[in-house]
Amino acid sequence: MTQTDTRVGPAAAGPTPGRARPFWTTRRRDQLTGYLFITPQLLGSAVFVILPLVLVVWYSLHEWNVLAGSFDFIGADNYAALADDPNLGPVLRSTGLFSIGLVVLNLGLALLLAVLLNQKLRGTIVFRTLFFSPVVVSLVAWTIVWGFLLQDNGGVNGLLDTLGVDGPNWLRGEGTAMLSVIVVQVFKNVGLNMVLFLAALQGVPTDLYEAAEVDGASRMRQFWRITVPLISPTIMLTSIITVVGSLQVFAQIAVLTQGGPGTSTTVLVYYLYQQAFQFHHFGYGATLSILLFVIVLALTVLQWQMRKRWVFHES
Amino acid sequence: MRYGRLSGLLAATMTGVLALTACGGGGDAENDGPASLRMTVWSANEAHLKLFNEIADEYRKNNPDVAEIKFDPLPFENYTTTLTTQIAGGNAPDLAWIFENSAPDFVASGALSPLDDTLKETDGYQYDDLSPATLKLWRNDGELFAYPFSTSPFGVFVNNDMLKQAGQKTPAELIAAGQWNWDTALAVAGAAAAESGKAGLVVRDFDYKGWDNLATFWTGWGAQAWSEDGRSCGFNSPEMVEAMTTLHKAIFTGKALPGPGTTADFFAGDAAMTVTQISRASLLKENGFDWDLVPLPAGPKGPYAVVGQAGLGVMKKSPHAEQAADFLAFFTNPANSAKLAQFFPPPRQSQLTAETLAKTNPKLKPEQLQKVVIDGITNGTVKPSHAGQAELSQQVRAALDPLWKADADVKGVLDGVCSKIQPLLAK
Repeated sequence: MTQTDTRVGPAAAGPTPGRARPFWTTRRRDQLTGYLFITPQLLGSAVFVILPLVLVVWYSLHEWNVLAGSFDFIGADNYAALADDPNLGPVLRSTGLFSIGLVVLNLGLALLLAVLLNQKLRGTIVFRTLFFSPVVVSLVAWTIVWGFLLQDNGGVNGLLDTLGVDGPNWLRGEGTAMLSVIVVQVFKNVGLNMVLFLAALQGVPTDLYEAAEVDGASRMRQFWRITVPLISPTIMLTSIITVVGSLQVFAQIAVLTQGGPGTSTTVLVYYLYQQAFQFHHFGYGATLSILLFVIVLALTVLQWQMRKRWVFHES
Repeated sequence: MRYGRLSGLLAATMTGVLALTACGGGGDAENDGPASLRMTVWSANEAHLKLFNEIADEYRKNNPDVAEIKFDPLPFENYTTTLTTQIAGGNAPDLAWIFENSAPDFVASGALSPLDDTLKETDGYQYDDLSPATLKLWRNDGELFAYPFSTSPFGVFVNNDMLKQAGQKTPAELIAAGQWNWDTALAVAGAAAAESGKAGLVVRDFDYKGWDNLATFWTGWGAQAWSEDGRSCGFNSPEMVEAMTTLHKAIFTGKALPGPGTTADFFAGDAAMTVTQISRASLLKENGFDWDLVPLPAGPKGPYAVVGQAGLGVMKKSPHAEQAADFLAFFTNPANSAKLAQFFPPPRQSQLTAETLAKTNPKLKPEQLQKVVIDGITNGTVKPSHAGQAELSQQVRAALDPLWKADADVKGVLDGVCSKIQPLLAK
């Protein structure tokens, strides 16, 4: 890794006796400038990302009783406790259910809306703005308002009542609570994926459709054979973002259901929060966060590997 | 090699910065010079904070070693979580309010400094004036770890207007007739709800999650969440099954209580009655409806009272624990306790008279103060609390959820609660 100064001239020929070479050469100045430019970002990452990551691994090897002030090394005991935790199975099931529900509904609806809004019709800009506007609304405010709407005597059931339908108690039923949380989250973020899909759809060359039409391909066949392959990089991107985002869901659960009824909406992040910050099991909470990290990493690697099959323009 | 040297220099600098960042939080550079004290509280009420600051200013006049006393209001809903996170982050307050449900955790863990010596040695403190019943929860191995600055009994606030409109007897009339019990209370509440289309009786802060507030109900049947020693589950006892069956019928058949997922605020005029602590009297609006405050209805086991408590302790980790304890003694001395009594029912027996309390509680009549406050504090059962309460509370909430359906099997659900929490109780 030895770097040599490539400038030609007496200075480059080697040290001249009696005349010291200046320390601040152009190269060194450039190097320092470069490092100074990246230092704020590097410091931020080191303090707020890398250090906490390392500390979480360290904490997961300890039994940390905050109130008593004890911090005892227990090796892999917290990891062994993971295997024996009777709550972990239901928690992972709820997490999986939420992720699958969210990904399917969010991507499906976003693609459908994008295809509809890609038509050259009057008023599409208004609808595009309407569907995107929840993305810029505060997540907690959005969730609190939906919490009121989904109450037994709330707006949703009031609307159903006028249609002669007796609505369920959305947030208190074991099946409907999870569905409600998923739908609230889908409506919140579907606009973002919709805009990404819309941009991708508008990048598909129209001559391909014209050629397909000449060959007699139906609209459905054009969609599956031209549109989907050409927007597959965007499908890939949105699915990774949505899957990773779905595993981090917290505020919606905390505001709407607090993990209930029973443990039907206790997803991994909420369980982690309960263990660490409510039950004061900080060591076990750290272990759960490592489990979450491993799951997110595995799913991302898996999706990245599968891009070779899915994504059209990559080899 | 030049790259290597420069990178090495930067890496060393970074490590130094990181080390400083990581270690910076726990320093106690303030140890020298006048102390600056911080007390975490869950009230952001301006009148409360004004009184606290007046007491603190008075203390500082005679104690130049304390430069500042800051009251730090944390959100009520996440108070204990925020407090423990501050402790974990090396930013523990010097003094802290503590809920009764986390009292066993704080008292037994060694997080708090013992207070007996400081309080007993403070001139004019009158330690023996503190009611022993109020200190029980805050003691461990004979030592007192927090001062019960608020012992607030539960009572029933009543909207007499709503009951009269429904053609029902008011609780005051029922008390006079010797008929104030849960059967009549639930019948009146159900009738008022049916007539008004609003809620009948609301157990405030329960909302089908805060189950410990139901202690205000089941104690009338002689039921308990767990045994006195905290080791056996009481949810499937015959008394509890009977109490919860009555409650279940009142919710789903009599419609005396609003069902799950329905909110109703008594103080906004949405309900005929509410079970809550008397400290909520401040929520009553001037020139609102005709209201009353009465003791909890009698249960099958006769009349009873339930109290909620809040303690004030000194954190052992405080670099100024000594000054903090001294301030606590001043904050709760007889004179200041009398001032605080307008908001927080005191544990001092000499101040637990209807006459004294009436001076600072203008909204409550002397007989209300006697029957609900004084009798409640003297004879009341404290809401359930246990070491590891947060985890227990969560397990009970989740296991009780199946009960809040019209076709629930009450006994089966309560057996399920015990099978969930018994391993935690036995720890």
